[in-house]
Amino acid sequence: MRKLLLAAIIIIIAIVYIGRLSYLQLIDSSNKNPLEDTAIKAVYDYPERGYIYDRNGDLLVSNQPAYDIMVIPKDVKPLDTLEFCNLLNITKEDFIKKYNKARVYSPRLPSVFVPQLSKSEYATLQEKMRKYEGFYIQKRSLRHYQTSSGANVLGYISEVNEYELKSNPYYQAGELIGRNGVEKVYEETLRGRKGVKFIQKDRFNRDLGPYKDGLYDTLPVQGKDITITIDKTLQAYGEQLMINKRGGIVAIEPKTGEILAMISAPSYDPALLVGRERSKNYSRLYLDSIANPLYDRSILAEYPPGSPFKILNGLIGLEEGVIDEHTTIRCYHGYRYGRNRFMACHCVSGTLNELQSATYRSCNAYFADAYKKIIEKYPTPEEGLQAWTNHAKSFGLGNYLGNDLSTGRAGRVPDSLTYNRAYPDFQWRAETTISNGIGQGEILTTPIQLANMTAAIANRGYYYTPHIIKNIEGTPIDEKFTTPNQTTISKRHFDDVVLGMWDVYKRGTARFVQVDSINIAGKTGTAENFTKIDGKRQQLTDHSIFIAFAPVENPKIALAVFVENGYWGSRYAAPIASLMVEKYLRGKITRTDLEKRMLEGSLADEYAKPLSGEPFEINQ
Amino acid sequence: MRNRVIQQIDWLSILLYFALVFIGWLNIYSTTMTDENPTIFNFDQPYGRQLIFIGLSVLLIIFVLAIETKFYARFSSVIYLISLASLLGLFVFGKNINGATSWYNFGSFGLQPSEFAKAATALALAKFLSDIQTNINDFKDQLRAFLIIILPPLFIIPQPDPGSALVYTSFFFVLYREGLPSYYLLVGLTAVILFVSTLLFGAIWVIAGLLILATIFVLYRKRKKIRIPVFKMLVMTTTAILFCLSVRYVFENVFEQRHRDRFNLWLRLEHDPSKLNEIRKTIGYNTYQSESAIGSGGLTGKGFLEGTRTKGNFVPEQHTDYIFSTVGEEWGFLGSAGVIILFSLLILRILFLAERQRSQFSRIYGYSVASILLFHFAINIGMVIGLLPTIGIPLPFFSYGGSGLWGFTILLFIFIRLDANRRDDWM
Repeated sequence: MRKLLLAAIIIIIAIVYIGRLSYLQLIDSSNKNPLEDTAIKAVYDYPERGYIYDRNGDLLVSNQPAYDIMVIPKDVKPLDTLEFCNLLNITKEDFIKKYNKARVYSPRLPSVFVPQLSKSEYATLQEKMRKYEGFYIQKRSLRHYQTSSGANVLGYISEVNEYELKSNPYYQAGELIGRNGVEKVYEETLRGRKGVKFIQKDRFNRDLGPYKDGLYDTLPVQGKDITITIDKTLQAYGEQLMINKRGGIVAIEPKTGEILAMISAPSYDPALLVGRERSKNYSRLYLDSIANPLYDRSILAEYPPGSPFKILNGLIGLEEGVIDEHTTIRCYHGYRYGRNRFMACHCVSGTLNELQSATYRSCNAYFADAYKKIIEKYPTPEEGLQAWTNHAKSFGLGNYLGNDLSTGRAGRVPDSLTYNRAYPDFQWRAETTISNGIGQGEILTTPIQLANMTAAIANRGYYYTPHIIKNIEGTPIDEKFTTPNQTTISKRHFDDVVLGMWDVYKRGTARFVQVDSINIAGKTGTAENFTKIDGKRQQLTDHSIFIAFAPVENPKIALAVFVENGYWGSRYAAPIASLMVEKYLRGKITRTDLEKRMLEGSLADEYAKPLSGEPFEINQ
Repeated sequence: MRNRVIQQIDWLSILLYFALVFIGWLNIYSTTMTDENPTIFNFDQPYGRQLIFIGLSVLLIIFVLAIETKFYARFSSVIYLISLASLLGLFVFGKNINGATSWYNFGSFGLQPSEFAKAATALALAKFLSDIQTNINDFKDQLRAFLIIILPPLFIIPQPDPGSALVYTSFFFVLYREGLPSYYLLVGLTAVILFVSTLLFGAIWVIAGLLILATIFVLYRKRKKIRIPVFKMLVMTTTAILFCLSVRYVFENVFEQRHRDRFNLWLRLEHDPSKLNEIRKTIGYNTYQSESAIGSGGLTGKGFLEGTRTKGNFVPEQHTDYIFSTVGEEWGFLGSAGVIILFSLLILRILFLAERQRSQFSRIYGYSVASILLFHFAINIGMVIGLLPTIGIPLPFFSYGGSGLWGFTILLFIFIRLDANRRDDWM
């Protein structure tokens, strides 16, 4: 027993220690990844972010240098604080506060002392910096906007957040990432790939040289410049026209699906979200929950399309064979579709309409009747509605378009499920859903969807998926943007409808906005809309809507204009659309009176009404 | 005679010794090598100097093996007295390095007499215990043996070098092996357990536990109708209770703050976050860094000269007391477990050799060698892997330092010399 005690102790100790080692080295994994070792520091080399050009090669976004004053507290020697503070334009208290903060963070590591000085501030400092040991200037790159419009299109960049850090291993805390718009969608193209150098550190965090002689180091990959389809001038002009109004405009080149302009009003200057004032400006925009400038109405706002949707109903009617170009309906100032159910119309009582005249007169009766015929062509309303829904969806409605924009909404095209759910124990019929015939009811579209529908009509039956990328240095754009999407409507049915739309412009609701020798096909819309005030449903002034493409004989631009609470279609939307068409096709505006009226027109009073807390009149 | 030594010598121990010394040197090289000084013969650097120390060790080994066995037994008292004198001399001629006066200075290198005193004490103890007239069960002889053991640490503690002094407790295993009544060991063990558990749980709970145990013991005896040693039990229980009550006082007043910190860290006694932080920054920093360096080694380690924390000097004192963390980082679990196995094998081998000695002197000496090596090995690695509190003693054959290496070499090879002669000696 006495002989064995020590031997037993040796063996027990060996077992316990090997057990402890297996815990430390095999089970506990907190120290495993060699490149996350505290002794290895990764130093990143950031490539310059790519530039963004417009369709004509005009520079939209470039980079500008910004200069951070850095400090390494342990290297700071006694200095003339007063002079230094004056140079940096800070108070002595600021100086002490910032200095202490840096020292608490680390005496040996650099911290930002004063961030993002401008070029001119840098110029005055540069000469004198060497006097202040421990302080130095570090250059970094910020976005520089060559335009004050298109904030919603371009997006912005800002520091990555917690979620992105977790979900994307590429990013490190403090790095920048594209948010919204082109910056977000083409983030990887624009940013390139940062290079990394691994540096061996000692316990005071001093460099000892490259880790494993740079075995794991990588070189940065330059970010690529991109050209987008936006027309800088048109975009800026559209935003100008929408000042003091709310709404969205999307213009598309029908032949290619390229987005020429994407206007959301109200908007803001993209330069607000760069530099020292960034976070202050962002909060201001973010907290404006009434005008909501960060909300991109051109792709997110879902509006009832109103009368422009009648065009689609006409086309579906023709395709289904329930009407033809000669089918007539006599309108008695409205349409009676059931006992005590009557839909009013603008037509003079007794007007006899065929498709073309119904289009330019925007006859509710004609298109409600066409819709009813489509639904009732089939044995059950479910099947009828399904056929109708399929036609509508083939125009890209009721779904995300599959475009290359950072965000979007599906809109809504009702199908039989919608109504089965809404009327669980009531057999619904064509009449129940009759509002669909005139673009009200359950249909919702975003401006880009309606612009795309217009482009499909301009092309007589097909559209290219709308997209914003025109060219990435040498790489061709995605094939899905160059393949046409066929609608379910045959080409031959479009001519009558297009003639009707042309008549809208020649003698119909948009005849007041004619442009010399440009043939525009269009359709006005006036859409009822509702809001909730204190929990009560309340109707607001109608939205002013216009869709158009031009020239009729060779369409170069198709657009949809929504002006919230602009009352009727030809009051705001149609003039704005025609001005934009003229600007795009001619490059200049001849109708300066109209232009002036639109630029000065303000709907601020209209937007104040629901917020006033008092009863108000609409459609005045 | 010389031939006989070579024939009889235990080559396995020697092989294990050189393996450990070689691995130790590799790790010192890796720890202290810088990219500017990669050549191994750079005698300004620790790895170069250690190479000299190893070379001198070989000379020492030849010297130790060349001496007649009888010399060690006969001159053990003289060696012991010289050793004591060298410890005492430190108070006059010693040189203060890092706050401890443990060194004699000879130009560019120093000697640390406490590293040699272990071997001297082992010789003296073996000589005394193997004397035909010594009876370990006699209280007077027990006192004499204690005196031999206690004198060197008495001189070492005020240097101050408490770690080296603590090593002498390992001689109690030797006394136990030679027949020291078990209760000494029991009392010692109980004292340690009571001390630690009182710190952990507080005196009240420990005393309550003691009383419950005593009651169970009494009830058990009553039931079995066995006589209850009332007086003995009273004395023992009272002593234990008084001991428990004094723990707090000793801890707070006799210990210094740095000692308290070590216990606080080890037993996780400190809960005040700011103080805990303070401990982590000072002594806890070493433990934390060495644990994470070892942990980062994984199964196979980062490879020789590839330890990033070793290169970055993250672990303080890494080439001396914390050398094992280099093994852990660069050679991984396989390497560090291997080193533990090598050490265990060497110590077990020495034990085995000790048990086969015919001469009592050789056996006792061998037992002392095994005990000392085990103590160093267990305390040092236990500290480096975070199982034991921080006690600064070197890892035998591994840690950088001439005196340490020579001290352990002499200690071990005297025994190997004794063992080689086991057939002839009938002392």
